[in-house]
Amino acid sequence: MSIDVNCAAWQGFRTGEWRHLVNVRNFIQKNYTPYTGDAGFLAGISTKTAEVWKKAQALIIEEVQKGIIDVETHAVSGIDNFAPGYIDRDNEVIVGLQTDAPLKRIVNPFGGIRNAISALEQYGYRLDPEIERHFRLYRKTHNEGVFDAYPKRTRLARSAGLLTGLPDAYGRGRIVGDYRRVPLYGTDFLIEEKEKDLDLLDGAMTDERIRLREEVQMQIRALKEMAAMAARYGCDITRPAENAREAVQNLYMAYLAGVKENNGAATSLGRTATFLDIYIQRDLERGVLDERGAQELMDQFVIKLRLVRHLRTPEYNGLFGGDPTWVTESIGGMGVDGRTLVTKNSFRMLHTLTNLGTAPEPNLTVLWSKDLPEGFKRYCADMSIKTDSIQYESDELMRPMYGDDYCISCCVSAMAVGKQMQFFGARANLAKSLLYAINGGVDEKKGVQVVPDIPLDTDEVLDYPKVLGNYKKVLSYVAELYVDTINIIHYMHDKYAYESSQMALHDTLVERLAAFGVAGLSIAADSLSAIKFARVRPIRNENGIAVDFEVEGDFPKYGNDDDRVDDIAVELVSYFSAELKKHPLYRGAIHTLSALTITSNVMYGKKTGATPDGRKAGEPFAPGANPMHGRDRSGALASLNSVAKLPYRAVCQDGVSNTFSIVPNALGKSDGERTCNLVNILDGYFIQGAHHLNVNVMNRQLLLDAMEHPEQYPTLTIRVSGYAVNFSRLSREQQLEVIKRTFHQQM
Amino acid sequence: MEYDEKKADRLGEESPDCRLFFFAKEVWFHMTLGRIHSLESMGLVDGPGVRAVVFLQGCALRCRYCHNPDTWVMEGGESCTPQQLTGRLLRFQPYFGQNGGVTFSGGEPLLQPEFLAECLALCRQAGVHTCLDTAGCGLGEYGPILQNTDLVLLDVKHHDPEGYRQLTGRSMEAFDRFLEQVQEAGVPLWVRHVVVPGLTDGAEHLAGLEWYLHTLRHIRRVELLPYHTLGVHKYAALGIPYPLEGTPSMEREALADWNRRLNETCCEKENL
Repeated sequence: MSIDVNCAAWQGFRTGEWRHLVNVRNFIQKNYTPYTGDAGFLAGISTKTAEVWKKAQALIIEEVQKGIIDVETHAVSGIDNFAPGYIDRDNEVIVGLQTDAPLKRIVNPFGGIRNAISALEQYGYRLDPEIERHFRLYRKTHNEGVFDAYPKRTRLARSAGLLTGLPDAYGRGRIVGDYRRVPLYGTDFLIEEKEKDLDLLDGAMTDERIRLREEVQMQIRALKEMAAMAARYGCDITRPAENAREAVQNLYMAYLAGVKENNGAATSLGRTATFLDIYIQRDLERGVLDERGAQELMDQFVIKLRLVRHLRTPEYNGLFGGDPTWVTESIGGMGVDGRTLVTKNSFRMLHTLTNLGTAPEPNLTVLWSKDLPEGFKRYCADMSIKTDSIQYESDELMRPMYGDDYCISCCVSAMAVGKQMQFFGARANLAKSLLYAINGGVDEKKGVQVVPDIPLDTDEVLDYPKVLGNYKKVLSYVAELYVDTINIIHYMHDKYAYESSQMALHDTLVERLAAFGVAGLSIAADSLSAIKFARVRPIRNENGIAVDFEVEGDFPKYGNDDDRVDDIAVELVSYFSAELKKHPLYRGAIHTLSALTITSNVMYGKKTGATPDGRKAGEPFAPGANPMHGRDRSGALASLNSVAKLPYRAVCQDGVSNTFSIVPNALGKSDGERTCNLVNILDGYFIQGAHHLNVNVMNRQLLLDAMEHPEQYPTLTIRVSGYAVNFSRLSREQQLEVIKRTFHQQM
Repeated sequence: MEYDEKKADRLGEESPDCRLFFFAKEVWFHMTLGRIHSLESMGLVDGPGVRAVVFLQGCALRCRYCHNPDTWVMEGGESCTPQQLTGRLLRFQPYFGQNGGVTFSGGEPLLQPEFLAECLALCRQAGVHTCLDTAGCGLGEYGPILQNTDLVLLDVKHHDPEGYRQLTGRSMEAFDRFLEQVQEAGVPLWVRHVVVPGLTDGAEHLAGLEWYLHTLRHIRRVELLPYHTLGVHKYAALGIPYPLEGTPSMEREALADWNRRLNETCCEKENL
């Protein structure tokens, strides 16, 4: 026991189990101060912050125009591989950058050297030849491992676009370290605890035990490197943080180690605001900090989070839209004891949108409950209307499953902080799968057999029971293939690109979730509805493959609160989830499923032929679980009700993403009414067991204008799926798709 | 457009509710059927809070600026029972919060009195706040309707009988009859008035309206609605000439001062 329980760092804190073993939740529960007031106490931006932000923002705008600012080509990713960097040393209250200069990106070849080099080349850079030679000759990467093991059927499904976005050539991400452990305990104590774990990990040397022993050793090494990295900035993170500034700083150092070491698709922050509030509150009470100083800490912390970058290929950015890093911070929620977890610092975190202006990162996620304090609800709604930068997820739905110390990773994925991790699994194309059911398993675009043993449909008018039967056969095949593929990917990722600094901030015996996903849910449901309730005639090519469809008559469409079709959507996800669960996962992971596409709904659409719902070949899908654009004709609440029917628990337990756009005038006649109405909409949606909602309050006209004059909207932020983007960084196709989405309005 | 008064009168007189009689197991079932133009599950500008708005089919007025000409005829739309409609509306109850509810709009909802009254009663039974968005031109007997109405959004087309006739093509008598019964029943009012450039705008007209509103009780809010052209395309689709061709739409801001003044001088200060 290296920490003296009476140490200065912990003075004034109420004691509990947390003093003797790593238990951040216990620390929070014993020490936090719920806040039920309004936003009146918040302070404006400090002079120092304004200076730092001015410089950072100029760089961000330059980057939007140029695509990239710089890349470090003489070193590769690693916790302590880079010299310290600053934006404006005199004014930075919180320090630390990924490399020696702001926005200078890191090359991470561990996921795949080819991808890394291609990304560099496309931006006009060249990796240090010595490093390239070493990787090519001596160091196998995750990508190479995966492709050594992939069976033919996976390669087929991958190239046809049946499975897309698989993390087989880049970092899987979605792992959220419990970064709070570093300020609370210091790395010395964490290392001791890991060493104890390692000693306990003895016995018959099975695969799993050997692997875990190796990993724990890597974690210990990572904690040491983390401390060395922080020391270069003059920060001592080996011991517990003694005040609010150290708490924020040391927490950020722990996070920073993660984004220096890994290029994970999503590298989320966790649930830190209320934890940090405890330190801030103590300093406020001691009189060594005032509100302005407290806000300064949060603003400067958020500036750093806004500067996180990864080097990715333009195609990757094309798929995901812009340059997302998913620094998701989960805010608010309720405790299992009925007290709210909202603190003043929950407000401060959201208030950064006012002090620094809107931005896509960090991905601010409010854990919504009908029981949240009214003042906080109203503040969130108000900020949503002003900034379009907040997403909401149902705390009522997740708390019973994950406890009250979970966080959202990436867009919608819940996990208990430090106790669960996730194997990210991208998604399967449900709309294409339906076409396979009609076309005998042959891909409608490539003409090759992707799914075996499916009879070719030759009916003049499609027959619902027959198509549904074949569809289920296809989905069963896809589920098995999908599980096999994900098993290979994560086996290799653990082996060649293990996230040691992030895993060091997890319990050693961590629970693993494997997040599968579906794309094209609304297309599949509407298509089946068309086949069931209207007459659908396939137009077939010379090989008998349906390349288009004629629909005669009307049919119920998902998004109108009509059970006839909404039940089909529910049946689809339930069936697919059950099929996935038939196949065991690597390291005993638990199957979860999401209806989430990020912005890849555009890409999926491109790769998918015409569908029986009347969608033309190549047309984008609706994002996530959204109804197809323009088909939700009964107004916004009917649309929300349809999505709310998709079951979360045990089915879509990795999240059901819904993006909701409404024009300001349709939301109410005054600011006060709009805020109040949005609160009621959120309450009404989540009370029904819905999971996630992005809220955009804007006019289509504004987006059209931003598309034509991007220079006038350098920081226009909108929510697209489980995250926010800088509108001007979307491809033109994605911009058009966003504009086409249903904007709820009223005449 | 030529206004056909005879036809409009006929429309108004036609009883819109159809009664279907079924004989089953020695029991006579009586079922009211209504005709619905459409349902907007989230109407945030027709009454307080978050509201589900149902537009009933049929209207006897032919207001020159009407933006919903597709709701004029009685025959159109979808037919359903009060139970069916109320069932659909109550799906949105979770969103209503403290101040939201259901709004019956149209068309002119008063033209389907029995259907409307049954729907209102069912909503009231379910504890939902009910709002009636009407121009007051119905069939004359409003007791059962007003009994279950929490708020009337009263569209005052014009305060002057001659102006009223010119604008709507009908006499103001039906409106006066409705107004009398609403005042009698004491149902709170939100007065709405569409301001059309050249027809119902200008200080003189609005001062006249103000004077008229002073004679009414139970007004809780006045909403001056700026004329807009968003419904014009419907005329083309229906093959009807648009009477106000060329009239420009109006900015809400242009009415802000009058809106404030009318709310200050015409409303009873009671909390809704």
